This record gives sequence, C-alpha cells and structure tokens, in this order.
Amino acid sequence: MSHDMVRAAHHDAAFPVDPDLPVDNPGIEEHVPRYTDVEVAAGNRAYRRVLALLALVPVLAIVNVVCYFAIPRNVGFNVLGTNFNAHALALGLTGGLAVLLIGIALVSWGRDIMVDEEIAEERHPAASSPEERAAALVKVKAGIHESQASRRKLILGALGGGVGVLALPAIVLLADMGPHPTAATRRETIERTIWAEGVRLVNDVTAKPLKASDLEIGQLVNAQPENLFYLHGTDYLVEKSKSSLIIVRMDPASIKIPASRQDWQVDGILAYSKICTHVGCPISLWEQQTHHLLCPCHQSTFDLANSGVVVFGPAARALPQLPITTDADGYLVARGDFTVPVGPSYFERDSSKDFKEGDQ
Amino acid sequence: MAKPAKITSSSPVLETRRPDVEADGLARFAGVGSFLDDRVGLAKIARFGLRKVFPDHWSFLLGEIVLYSFIVLLITGVFLTIWFRPSMMELEYEGTYQLMRGLPMSEAYASTLAISFDVRGGLLVRQIHHWAAILFIAAMTAHMLRVFFTGAFRKPRELNWLVGVGLLSLSLIAGFSGYSLPDDLLSGTGLRFVDGLIRSIPIVGTWLEFFIFNGEFPGDALIARLYMVHILLVPGILLALIGAHLTMLVYHKHTQFPGPGRTESNVVGYPLFPVYMAKAGGFFFVVFGVLILMGATMQINPVWAYGPYNPAQVTAGSQPDWYMGWVEGAIRIMPNWESHILGTTWSWNVFLPGVGLMGLLFTALGVYPFVEAWITGDKSEHHLLDRPRNAPTRTALGVAGMTCYGMFWLAGGNDILATQFHLSLNAITYFMRVAVFVAPVIAFIVTKRICLALQRSDRERLLHGSESGIIERSPEGRYSEAHVPISHGEAWTLSQHKQYSPVEATPGVDANGVPLPGGGVSRRRALWSRRFFRHDIPKPTRAEIEEAHSHDSHADDDVKALEH
Amino acid sequence: MRFLSSRRRSRAAKPLLLAFALFVTGALYAGFAPATQVSADAGTSALVAEGKALFQVSCSSCHGLNGEGTTQGPSLVGVGAAAVDFQVATGRMPMAHPGAQAPRKQNTFTEHEIAAMAAFVAALGPGPAIPEPPVYAPGNLDERAIARGGELFRTNCSACHNFEGGGGALPNGKYAPSLRGVEPIHIYEAMRTGPQQMPVFSAGAIPDAEAAAIIAYLEELHAQPSPGFTLGGLGPVSEGFFGWIIGVGGLCLIATWIASRGARAR
Repeated sequence: MSHDMVRAAHHDAAFPVDPDLPVDNPGIEEHVPRYTDVEVAAGNRAYRRVLALLALVPVLAIVNVVCYFAIPRNVGFNVLGTNFNAHALALGLTGGLAVLLIGIALVSWGRDIMVDEEIAEERHPAASSPEERAAALVKVKAGIHESQASRRKLILGALGGGVGVLALPAIVLLADMGPHPTAATRRETIERTIWAEGVRLVNDVTAKPLKASDLEIGQLVNAQPENLFYLHGTDYLVEKSKSSLIIVRMDPASIKIPASRQDWQVDGILAYSKICTHVGCPISLWEQQTHHLLCPCHQSTFDLANSGVVVFGPAARALPQLPITTDADGYLVARGDFTVPVGPSYFERDSSKDFKEGDQ
Repeated sequence: MAKPAKITSSSPVLETRRPDVEADGLARFAGVGSFLDDRVGLAKIARFGLRKVFPDHWSFLLGEIVLYSFIVLLITGVFLTIWFRPSMMELEYEGTYQLMRGLPMSEAYASTLAISFDVRGGLLVRQIHHWAAILFIAAMTAHMLRVFFTGAFRKPRELNWLVGVGLLSLSLIAGFSGYSLPDDLLSGTGLRFVDGLIRSIPIVGTWLEFFIFNGEFPGDALIARLYMVHILLVPGILLALIGAHLTMLVYHKHTQFPGPGRTESNVVGYPLFPVYMAKAGGFFFVVFGVLILMGATMQINPVWAYGPYNPAQVTAGSQPDWYMGWVEGAIRIMPNWESHILGTTWSWNVFLPGVGLMGLLFTALGVYPFVEAWITGDKSEHHLLDRPRNAPTRTALGVAGMTCYGMFWLAGGNDILATQFHLSLNAITYFMRVAVFVAPVIAFIVTKRICLALQRSDRERLLHGSESGIIERSPEGRYSEAHVPISHGEAWTLSQHKQYSPVEATPGVDANGVPLPGGGVSRRRALWSRRFFRHDIPKPTRAEIEEAHSHDSHADDDVKALEH
Repeated sequence: MRFLSSRRRSRAAKPLLLAFALFVTGALYAGFAPATQVSADAGTSALVAEGKALFQVSCSSCHGLNGEGTTQGPSLVGVGAAAVDFQVATGRMPMAHPGAQAPRKQNTFTEHEIAAMAAFVAALGPGPAIPEPPVYAPGNLDERAIARGGELFRTNCSACHNFEGGGGALPNGKYAPSLRGVEPIHIYEAMRTGPQQMPVFSAGAIPDAEAAAIIAYLEELHAQPSPGFTLGGLGPVSEGFFGWIIGVGGLCLIATWIASRGARAR
C-alpha cells in the first residue's frame, strides 16, 4: 500500500504524470453515496424534513401578520432581563424564522436529496490563442485604416483635447456648491463668533443668565451667549457650533493665570471654548480635582488651570479662552470675542502664535 | 486506493450517463422557454450556464454573504426611503416618542423617530438595514482576507482583486454616509469629525469644507447631499462593480483548493443547476433570515437615546461603526504634530492618520498582486489556491497587516477598553503608539515560523505518514511509535504545490551590451525575491518518499496487522 | 404614568399600570424611609456625638480626627451632609484602599449610622443638606419637562456618563460610573456635591426642578422598551463586535454546514 502511494493506480489522460511532482494526481475521489441515497427510509426522512420546514413557513407568516395588527406599538415585553419592544420582537422573530426556514429547507434539499456527485469542468486560459490574437489584430488594423486615423492624425488629437478640456466646465459647474472661503469670508465665518463685549453668559438649554456668585469652586457650567437664543434654524446651529462655552470655577490660589490674562477671569471663574481644537468635538469632560478637560472623541486633554494648554492627546493647540467680567448686576459677561478662531486649525491661518505653555 | 476517476470533462457527458433524465424534465423547449429562446437565445445561455461547476468550500460562501447582505440593504433601504426625509430643516418634535416632545431637531431626525415609533415594523427594518451594513463590510473584509491568504488574487484575477478593492473603499463611503443620515447626536459628532478631517487637507482643506458643507459646519445642505450619495451615487457604482466582479468570476471560473483530481485546468464541484442554485439560493434566505433575527433581538443605533444632533453636546464612547474604527484609532493615538510654513498651518495630527492612512491601505491593497508577481517572477495562471503555509511570507505579511489594523482598531475603542477592562486610557494610548509598529513585526515573525513548522510537518507526513499513537517495543527492547501512511489523496494534496526558487539577478544586456528582449532582473528585485522565499522547506522528492516508505514498511505492516 | 396615558386603552395597559403602581409605591417607600429618620434626628447633639465617634473609627485615618483632611484625604469642612450620604450610602467611603478613584461597593453602615456621620460632617461647616424626596422626585413633571431634562442630560452629563448613563472613561484609569440602578437621591447629591473628579452642578446653574427633570429623564429612558438586547449600551464598538461574532461567525458556521458532505453510506 505504502509503496505505490506516489503513483496513481491508473493513468488517466486528464491527469498526466508529472515527474517533477513527488506524488501523482490520484484523480477525483470515488463517489460514495449518502445514506439518503441508499436507504429508502433515510431518503424519505430527509424529504419529510424539508417538507416540514417549508410547512412551518406559512404558519409563521400568518402569525407575523396577526402580530402586526394585534400587538400595540411601543409596548414593552419583559423577558430574559431585557425589556423588549414587543411589536418589533414578534415581527422579527416570526419573519426571520420563516425566511431562515426557507433557506434551511432549500439547502437541505440541495445537500441531502439532490444528486451530489461532483463533476469536473475544463478550464480554458483567459488569454486568446496566437491565431485569435492575429485575427483580432487584422480587424483592429482594418478599423484603424478605414477610420483614416493613421493618416489624418490630428482628428484624434483634436477629439481628445476637446473632450479633455470639457472637464474644465464640468468642474467649474461645481463652483457654487458652497460659498468661497476667501480671506473676507473667513473673517465673517470661521474666524468670528457671536461673542462680543457685554454679551451675557447664559446657561445652555435654559438660557438662564449666570451670576458669578452662583458658581461654587469645582463647578462646571455649559454656557452660550445670550444672543444665540435670538437665532433660529441653521444660523442657530452654525453659531452654536462655534460659541459654546464651558465655564469652570477653580480656587484662584491653585491655578496658573498668565499676566496677559489676569483680567480675563472673575475670582477663578474662567470661560473656555467648548469646541476641541483637534477636530471640533464639544468637550465638557472636566475633572474638578486635576482641572483637566478630556475630549471624549479622541482624548485630547487640556489643562484648564493653565490657560487650556494641551497636556495629552492629538490636539495641537490650546483651548481658546474667552475674556469675561461681570456687569453691574453681577452677571457674567464677555469682554469681547475669542482672540483666536475656535475649533480645528485650518490651512490659511498660522496658528503658531496661539497661546502655548510658558507664554505670559 | 484510488479508483479510476470518473471524470466528465463537460456537462453533456454527465447527462448521457443518466438514462432517467428524459423522464424527469421537460420534453422540449416550449411556451415561455421557446418565447424567450426565440428572442434572446435562452437555450444557448442555459446550455452554457446551467451546468457551470462551482467548487464547494465554506470560505467560498463569504463572498455570497456580502452579495446577499447587499441585496438585503437594497430591499430594506427602499422601505426606509418611503418615510425618511433628508432635510436639515429645524422643527419642534410632536411625535409619539414622549422623551423628545417639544425639542428642536432636524426633519431628518424627526422622520427617523417616526420610522422607529410610528411606522409599524419600521424599527425592525431600520435595525435589519444597519445590521446588514455591518455584516456587508465585515463579510467583505473576511472575503478579501480569504482571497488574500489563498493567493486567489494572482493571475488572471488581478483585475477582479482591483474591483474588489474599489468595492471595499466604496462600501466604506456607503456605510459612513448612511451612519450620518439620521442626524442624531452620534452621527452629527461623526460629521463634525469629517469636517475637521476635510479641513486638515493641506492647501484645499478649507475650500473643500465650504463646498461640501455649503459654508460653515453644519450648514443646511449636508444631509440632502449625503442622501444622494447614499441612495444613488454609491449604490449605483457598487451595483455596476458587483456586476463586473461576478462577470469576471463566471468568466475565470471559481478557484478551487488543491485535492485529488483538482488541477489548474479543471474545476471540480457541483453544477449550478440544481445543486448550487439550491445551496446558494438557500443561503440567501439564510443570510436574510439571520439578519432579520439580528434586527429582532439585538438593538443597534438607538437614535432616540442619542438625541438629536446638537453641536454643544457629545456622548462618552463616541465612535464610528466598526469599519471606520481603525481610522478613529489612528486619529486617537497620533501625536499632536502641526507645522507652520510661510504663515500656513499643516495639521499632520489629523491629515496623516485620517486621509493619509486610508490612502496607504487602499494603495497597498491595490498594488499587492503586482508587487508579489514582480518579486516572485511568477507569470503563470493560477486556479488552484495556495495553502497559506505554502506561501509563508505572504501569509506572514497578511497577518502582520491584520495585526496593524487590529491595533488601530483597538485604539479606536480605547475608552471602551479602559472602562470594560479597568485600564488607564492614557496607558492604552501610549501602548498603542508603540504597538502599531511593533506588533506587526512580531506577528510577521511568529506567523512565518508557524507556516514553516507546518511545512515541516507536511514533509514529515509525506515521508513517514501520520502518528498512530501505538507504541511498539522491538525485540531489543527499544520503544518506537508506529506511523500510518497517509492516503494517496492527502499525499497529493500536501505535495502538489509548485516549489518556487527566487529570481536571479541578471543584467538587462547581453555580452555585447545589446538589451535583451525580456530585460534583466535588478539586484534589488533578486534580493527581495530571495527574502520572499527564504527558509521555505523543500518538499520531498519522489525518490525520498519512496526511500522513506521502504524503510518504514516493516513497521507499517505490523500496524496493519494490529488493525485487523 | 405619562408614558401610559396616551395608550391607556391598549391591552397591555392594565398589567403595566399595576407594575408601575407597585414600582412607584416601592420607590416612594425607599425614598421616604431614610429621609424621615434624618429629618427627625438632624441637629441633635447626641446624633452629632455618635457621628463623631463613628467618624473617628471609620474615616479619620484619611480625613483627620476632626475632618480637617490629611495627605491621604481631603478636608471635609463644608462638604455638607449630602456628600456624606452619597459617599457612604453608595459604599464609596470608606475606601478599601487608596487609589485613583473610590469604586462603588456594598455599603456596610445602617441608615442611622450614615445620618449620624452626616450630622457630624454637616456640623463642621455649612454645605448641601440631604434632600427631601419632593426636591429630586417631585412627581409633577410633564413630558415636556422630562424631554428638556433629556436635553440637559445630554448637554451636561452624557460627555462623561454616556448617552444613556452607561458610564465612560476618564484620564489615567479613572472613570465616570454607570448611572443605571443608581438611586435618584444619590444622583441629586452627586450633582450638588461634585464627588471626586465630578464637577459641581449647583442650584445656581441647574435649579432643583431641572435636576429633578434630568433624574426623571434617566428613569424614563431606562424604562423604555428596547428593540433587542442592548449589547451593553456602549454604542458602535459593541455593535461591531457582535456583528462580527454573531453575523460573520454564525453565518460561517452555517456555511460550513452547507459546504460539508452529508453522512456517507460507507
């Protein structure tokens, strides 16, 4: 047995002996019939199984339709520790099972009942034969000749040039997809927010003005400019995505305030842009003991006790700080707009002069 | 032992062998069949196509999962378009879901809530659609890995590989645009990220941002534009590319794993009609059924819990769907590099991991078949698949690539890892910064060693057979384990592959300095080729096997005696 | 009740109403029981003395004999009774061992003991008191107020605690804990006292009615039926994980069955 392992018992024209290979191709394995082929009872069982699977499908379909109308919407159904949406669960279980049963029945039919003898099919190389190539070349040449393109060469050049240049109007046609961010446009859009001198800092969501005396040490307030709530629709969203603030109050003795920013804060109350300088996620994950602010999107971490400089993560620029003071009634108000644009850096502005660790 | 192979070189042979065929089916083409044959030549198509052979292997069904989840995506997607309104117009919600009553939100989000809570079955279909999208790209990735590790991308299938790479990149766009449509807090955060990503592109970033968003983020146009991309542009191209992919598949015929009777010039398996139709058709229903059951029992993208998009809100665990997770991870672990040239800012911290890495992956995938062919100097057609161990360098490269991808992927969920496994977020980030470079190298070395070990074990099996587990004592008192010879079929499977030798460096000119027609082989190419094939274990020769077997035969006879 | 009012004719209304009534009864009982005791006893010097004794046994090694703080723990002067109730009743204090963060664990003190320690700490300096149920669970919120509570939750809380209060990661191994199953009173106390890294959300920025709306929103959100298992409520990471395991993994198993050869006759 072992001695003839390398050689095929019968040489078949389809599997010529290759002396370079250590073992001859033994040819396709002999077909062995299944139980379902040789035992009538087993075959009948497989047949009945397929029929049973298919017979369940209409039952499930009817149950599905009944559930659609009978189960009220958005009602819970408590099972396995989860409060399921009863309608979606019933519809999905009956429908999904019905579809799955069709699939299993079909596969069982193919697997257990249909003749399962493997057959072989010849492959042909993808490449054409040399004769076919030659014949094709003749036709190509004839075509080129009849088109006169080889003699009157300029036609092709002119055609290619013409079509190519048409790309220009096609691209120019897209120029109105949006406003053009020229220097003047940028000054009016991404380089400006609606913060201005005297604008009150108000609570986000409720628009309640904030008094300095209402804030405790360790407190965080998500704030907006009061004038944001005069806006609606797209304007509201566009401005909100630039003007959002986080106000924190820290013990003035425990934080570092550079000389140039001494009058930007009120007794340890500091206001920073909520928009991350990395890719613009709103950040308010503030640790009151370390004074670190973490962005939940990409984990850039800013030190709010140190003018918002980056202490960890992919952000490159410090968080812009909003200069604030209090008005006559004790409410927090802005002293002007941010001194640098908020949000991610962009190509046209050199951000190297932005506040860095160690600046005064 | 091997019996005479029943080989049918083409289907008609098979039909003549079955006398009862006539009694079963149709007597002749008539009715609809005749009508169609008269007009489109149905009989010719049927004769060509019906008995096409498909080899059977579970991994060949991965591509079918992709195709079927795409069909499910089309079916469920059409259902969703009936109610979805791709509008960013702000309105005040007055629908069924009480926890949103009176809140401002976009029409897109409000209509998504309506699909979820007012349209019966809408919630289920939304979930099926999203699960199908997850499965579509996951199965596509698995399918691509199967093709890679078995070398199915080699000549003549390089173009189909390229089409596949195109399909993968487009499916990312399809998935991401769909993720963004409901305009919930998570998808809005994703768009905010895309805004930053586009902005980081040097020179044209701000312009692209303003063009795509119609001005500043979030603008009023994006959802409608993404809707067009999601339901028309990308699916249209996907459909066309899938058509091309399948046409080439039929034209080349499916690859097959090596085995008895399998050669480069045949394909062994079941005929399309009826066996494969039943199995593949059945598998469509299986995939659809599993997706429905997933939609019924597993919550996905609970937009009502995320809330409407609000540029001042964010949630912990803000992540994209899994297929963008590796880009997200790269962005998370990237050091904060930014440089300033002539009054401009270059945001490498966003551009390199975001745009650069994606470009790198798809370029690497696209050129790999050609690079490998260049290194191996292999110009022949391949229809028999490689067993991954027989291409150790490729397998190791693939595992290294997967490891690198996996590290980026884990980094994309670093906050979830931190909370679920009680680790430090910062420590994970530092670790991953190193791991994305070191782990692939380790994976490469380990995988290559494993492949070589498997090659050695194949060689052992060929020479000495498999271990029987029977310990024998010889008359001299020595103990040894008897080996059972492996079957002829297995021996063939283990030894049929081609043993490559590296290309040799040759000058491109002959002795007289005249350029040779084929050109030369540069030293660098020869060096890469040597590296590619280094350490390969040579398979035994015919003589070695025969010698080993005659040596072992005595023991074998004993074993057989024991068995009987 | 609000959730049910619009569909009171539905078939499931009666059993659900019964379940809800039982829940409300239970919740109210749980809410009132400790509070009455605290209000009855607060301020009595006997309670303060008892609290001081307990404090010196359980807390003083880190916080100092008189709550003045040591290198191991912060001063408790002015943190208020609410801070003590939150930290001790949720098992965070006393800490089992020093670390980045005090984890939630089983509380071993009785309500009376907690009240005594709270009274002692409250006597050290003025701070937030333990709230009465009408403060954090007034029960008169309409659906719009609760929806607004959701908006406040997503603006102020979800950045750390995630969109459904599942918790999230903080730097260097710290974390924002899950809010699932946390007593309303403890959520309220945490907002007012800012335990550990959590910032303070004082009544100056978020008045009691809004704090109650946030708490009510969370309760309503967790009571919502979900279309399937929530997969941990962690968002796309767990969805992708299960998509691969159940979707690709499950279908590969079925594919193996499809491509396998059935039982042979020999």
